Amino acid sequence: MEKSKKILPIPNPDTEPFWKGCANRKLLLQRCAACQAYRHPPSPICHNCLSPEHQWVEASGQGIIYSYVIAHEALRGWTGEVPYVVAIIELSEGPHMISNVVGTPLDHIKIGMPVKVFFEPAGEEIFLPKFRAADKA
Amino acid sequence: MANVSGKYAIVGIGETEVGRRLDKTITALGLQAAVAAIADAGLEKDQIDGLITHQQRSNPQANSSALLADRLGIKPAYINDISLSGGAAGTMVLTAVGAIEAGLCSTVLCASAGGGQALSREGRGHGKLATGWEDFMHPFGGVAAPIHYALAARRHMHVYGTTSRQFGAIAVACRKHAGLNPNAQMKKPITLEDHQSSRMIADPFRLLDCSLVSTGAGAWIVTSAERARDLAKRPAYICGMGSAAIFSGVNYAEDLTSVGGRESSRRAFEMARLKPSDVDVAELYDCFTYVVLVALEDYGFCKKGEGGAFVENGRIELGGELPVNTHGGLLSQAHVGGIFHITEAVTQLRGAAGPRQVKDAEVAAVSSQCGQLGIHVTLLLGSSPN
Repeated sequence: MEKSKKILPIPNPDTEPFWKGCANRKLLLQRCAACQAYRHPPSPICHNCLSPEHQWVEASGQGIIYSYVIAHEALRGWTGEVPYVVAIIELSEGPHMISNVVGTPLDHIKIGMPVKVFFEPAGEEIFLPKFRAADKA
Repeated sequence: MANVSGKYAIVGIGETEVGRRLDKTITALGLQAAVAAIADAGLEKDQIDGLITHQQRSNPQANSSALLADRLGIKPAYINDISLSGGAAGTMVLTAVGAIEAGLCSTVLCASAGGGQALSREGRGHGKLATGWEDFMHPFGGVAAPIHYALAARRHMHVYGTTSRQFGAIAVACRKHAGLNPNAQMKKPITLEDHQSSRMIADPFRLLDCSLVSTGAGAWIVTSAERARDLAKRPAYICGMGSAAIFSGVNYAEDLTSVGGRESSRRAFEMARLKPSDVDVAELYDCFTYVVLVALEDYGFCKKGEGGAFVENGRIELGGELPVNTHGGLLSQAHVGGIFHITEAVTQLRGAAGPRQVKDAEVAAVSSQCGQLGIHVTLLLGSSPN
């Protein structure tokens, strides 16, 4: 990968609805039509009951920080600014989602902190779902 | 299910020199380790009828096991290339036993060589896998292993009050042991203060929480306990084996404070009819300090959440209650995918580890792991079959 390029998702048939949702400023999750289990990242079948039938439903966009790291070095071709926060967000619907928490001083980031999604333009028709403190949303 | 405890053994080991970069090809190093293992066992090459290698990530279609066979001038009845990254070393042993037990072959050479960079730093595959999981990790800067593993470490600190100084105790122990290993990359002793003042990479991980970038190769031979008795060196019997895959990456983990090792070790201890207190020395995969701490808990060497206290005060150093990574581990000896955790366990059980020998070592626990803590293999090796 060229160093100067941003690392962007390349939508495929399994993931395209998710990224299209982001472009429309909607956080979409797959919900199994048979057992109602939510899943993320997208998958062709339900991990719980193996049904392929599902709906894409708009998530609340709310969650809490389940865990986080403050990356101080640009590892492996990362071209964004450092330091930055990589977090696992526990969405209120249940699934965990890797993302960034922005807009909060690094020493205020805490596990359990409520966060809300926003969509950051990142490339042609690509928007990344990122999070900021819920009280700032 | 047949219990194969004590029915198979590791009978020969080979290690090459290690270094950040070496002036030899991976091919040359792999052959060097393989030839050394065959000689160490007192075997002739034609007695090797199975060959398992660690798949080359840069060229998965290289058929590296068959290539190695060609270069050794043997025509094995069974070959396999294992692709699991840090989980490959243990899986090679499991797979060798499975192939022999199935009657496909009788004596299996396992070999792995890596170079220039840690195995976990090769191959990006961004956007190319059908699952596209990287697309839900890399664009957010979750681009490298320190970040993935630090997410788990942070959760453990939050839930159990584990501290960075406790991670540091693991780095200090590994460095101390590497100082006693002539074939180690980093021998200069470090203190807890050195750990605490090393630069932050992915908070909570500092530089000294991270493993090395290494080149080198290792190999070993698996055969039946019956054949092992006629060979040159004291066999290391395979008393217990277990593996587990409880998640493929941290974003799939329901509980980030437990690892695949909880299940793989339970299976291994059951097979061996042993318990954690029977283990004399533990060679635990250590791509990051925290990985050792959580494995100690999940193997049952201490209670869940008490790994931080367990590693303190020299308890995991030579002379302590449970010496861990007596060769220096990935943190201070070399990072070639964990193959030396196996060769070191065999060396300890032979009583051949010199200044770093654990007195009367009869049972060794070995771990291999990958999948950001979700995929784990446990081996219990013994100086006697039961």
